[in-house]
Amino acid sequence: MVKLTLRSAAIAATAAAVSISLAACGSSGPAGSSASTGSATMWGLTGGNQPVLQKSVDAWNKAHPEEAIKLDFFANDAYKTKVRTAVGAGQGPTFIYGWGGGVLKSYVDAGQVADLSDFVKDNPDVKSRYLPSVLKNGTIDGKTYALPNNNVQPVVLYYNKEVFDKIGAQAPKTWDELMALVPKFKAAGVAPFSLGGQSKWPDLMWLEYLVERIGGPEVFANIAANKPGAWSDPAVKEALTKIQELVDAGGFINGFSSVAADSNADQALLYTGKAAMILQGGWIYQGLKKDAADFVSSGKLGYTTFPTVSGGKGDPANVVGNPSNFWSISSKATESQKKAALEYVKSGMFTDADTQALIDSGAVPVTTGIEAKLAASPDKDFLSYVYGMAKNAPNFTLSWDQALSPAQGDAMLANLDQIFLKKITPEQFVSTMNATIGK
Amino acid sequence: MSVSTGSRRVLEKGPSGWLAAPALFFFLLFAIIPLAGVFFLSFTKWDGLGEIKLDGLSSWTTVLTDPVTGNALWVTAKIMFFSFVVQAPISLLLGVFTSASQKYRAVLAVLYFVPLLLSSAAVAIAYKALLDPNFGLGPGLGVPFLAQDWLGNSDLVLFVVVFVIAWQFVPFHTLIYQGGVRQIPASLYEAAQIDGAGRVQQFFAITLPQLKYTIITSSTLMVVGSLAYFDLVFVLTGGGPGYSTRLLPLHMYLTGFKANDMGAASALGVILVAIGLVLALVLQRLGGKNRNASQLEGA
Repeated sequence: MVKLTLRSAAIAATAAAVSISLAACGSSGPAGSSASTGSATMWGLTGGNQPVLQKSVDAWNKAHPEEAIKLDFFANDAYKTKVRTAVGAGQGPTFIYGWGGGVLKSYVDAGQVADLSDFVKDNPDVKSRYLPSVLKNGTIDGKTYALPNNNVQPVVLYYNKEVFDKIGAQAPKTWDELMALVPKFKAAGVAPFSLGGQSKWPDLMWLEYLVERIGGPEVFANIAANKPGAWSDPAVKEALTKIQELVDAGGFINGFSSVAADSNADQALLYTGKAAMILQGGWIYQGLKKDAADFVSSGKLGYTTFPTVSGGKGDPANVVGNPSNFWSISSKATESQKKAALEYVKSGMFTDADTQALIDSGAVPVTTGIEAKLAASPDKDFLSYVYGMAKNAPNFTLSWDQALSPAQGDAMLANLDQIFLKKITPEQFVSTMNATIGK
Repeated sequence: MSVSTGSRRVLEKGPSGWLAAPALFFFLLFAIIPLAGVFFLSFTKWDGLGEIKLDGLSSWTTVLTDPVTGNALWVTAKIMFFSFVVQAPISLLLGVFTSASQKYRAVLAVLYFVPLLLSSAAVAIAYKALLDPNFGLGPGLGVPFLAQDWLGNSDLVLFVVVFVIAWQFVPFHTLIYQGGVRQIPASLYEAAQIDGAGRVQQFFAITLPQLKYTIITSSTLMVVGSLAYFDLVFVLTGGGPGYSTRLLPLHMYLTGFKANDMGAASALGVILVAIGLVLALVLQRLGGKNRNASQLEGA
């Protein structure tokens, strides 16, 4: 009998091993990209800016074969988990791609990224090439740990002009106008707003802008500073209530929780005329240009800022979104890797060719003095608009899921999803989120 | 049956225990040691980057008092139950059907096995596209019924997940049952026919009892396997909407790699392993004590 029991235990253990093997997910980096040997390594993201970065690094490698950079690309979500595991295991790349905010802070706290303050001080040209409002997002406790590496990505309210013309409407300037448009579009058989609710993060843009317009940037600044009870600010509750009112009014396309932003299905609803408007990041312009070139070039794409809310404290010129992406340099890289990396940062990125390639792709580089280049672009209207938006914003709030710690960000997205589904009340959201402060 | 008596004598003495050594080595290396590591990590605080700090029972209290954990357990139990209820009868019947030797059945059997060739991620991405309420199968074919908010409705989504899991795994269990049915000696059916038993009677009196151990094997894999449904659900719904499809393994992954709380994720991992072990033991027990006796004894 003893034998039999042992055997069944072994069988059971084998079955359990299936579940254990899950723990091994996402731990292997690409071969030969260890940060401790050889040339500098760089992990970039697939998508809109991939060809621009590839070209930039190719040009650098051609001119500096002795300081060549090995470049690999990953999909956004996969990258975020992969790089963290790799860095934690000492296998990370020399160049760490990031968003600033809470995630950057966790790298700084763990001593994984190099302090670039002296580098910036010694190279005033590097500092002066950036828009100041963007550059400060790479700074933590007065020290520079990350430098912007691509384009500004404020969240913009896009609309389909053709659909607006059909019902004779104007883009909404206030929240009341926005709510008044909802029944008009519904009567015309068009969904007022497209929303990639399945991806969760597009939901957040609504909360970010509403809180900004109602309560101003201090509300989120307090939350990000982990002040106890910061979520209890009345602006948060009012914003959540307004979101649920819009859901109730049928403001979002039917089945919005099944629409994925990762597959660009939310943008497709806009240019196919199934939805009139969409609140999305500046980066979708690159996607629209590629997927719906006619729609963009024939001037049917409209864009405006998020409406104001009556009685709100926020400056209407304030924006939310991603100021840019950033390069941090691994503190665990070898001296030669670090040297090559800094050389590239100094003279290899934002060359004339890089800046032009970014503009050609439909993106606005985070550098100063590009007005002439933007004006010469076929996308000059949109690009100049976004550039002005970022440059003139008194406050540019980083996307909350990036600004907060990963644990808070994860809980926030899951709970906000339930706000849109009306599974929880604004009060429940506030108390759940207050419990995550400091985590 | 003289051949089988001979081979049983060899089995009783048993082959050398050393034959298990290579497997044991890998099992130790890739299961037991990581498991011990996870157990240790569950008493620490670690964000995956910095130092690992001993933190007593705080990860455990966090995990055990978090309503999301309870919800994840409940969702896992529901998926386990519904997957079993849906998959077991379908694969049993398909297995019996495809075990017969007619040509058209062989053709159908090949078709049924196609999902087995696809990776979970591919299946999930394909279904995600098919179920899109605006650009998916429903609007494409002009069938309004198919244009539901399949993945966004908290009440529907669980059954969509169960369906997709069944679509992917029924072929595997069909294969197991097909093999089981083919091992039943034809003489049993011939005898039953002589006694005048009909098809349905034959199924319940011969096929089902003879498949006892096949059913136990398949059920163990189904039930314990549903503790490991991760990739498919992760890609298909990401655990959403809200927490509606946040299974325990998915909750563990998201806690560990999205929220970067390795301590809590490890505690969840330990819970997962414990549940898996208990379930597998219970199912093995169901096989009865004489499990080593051949099913064909009577033949």
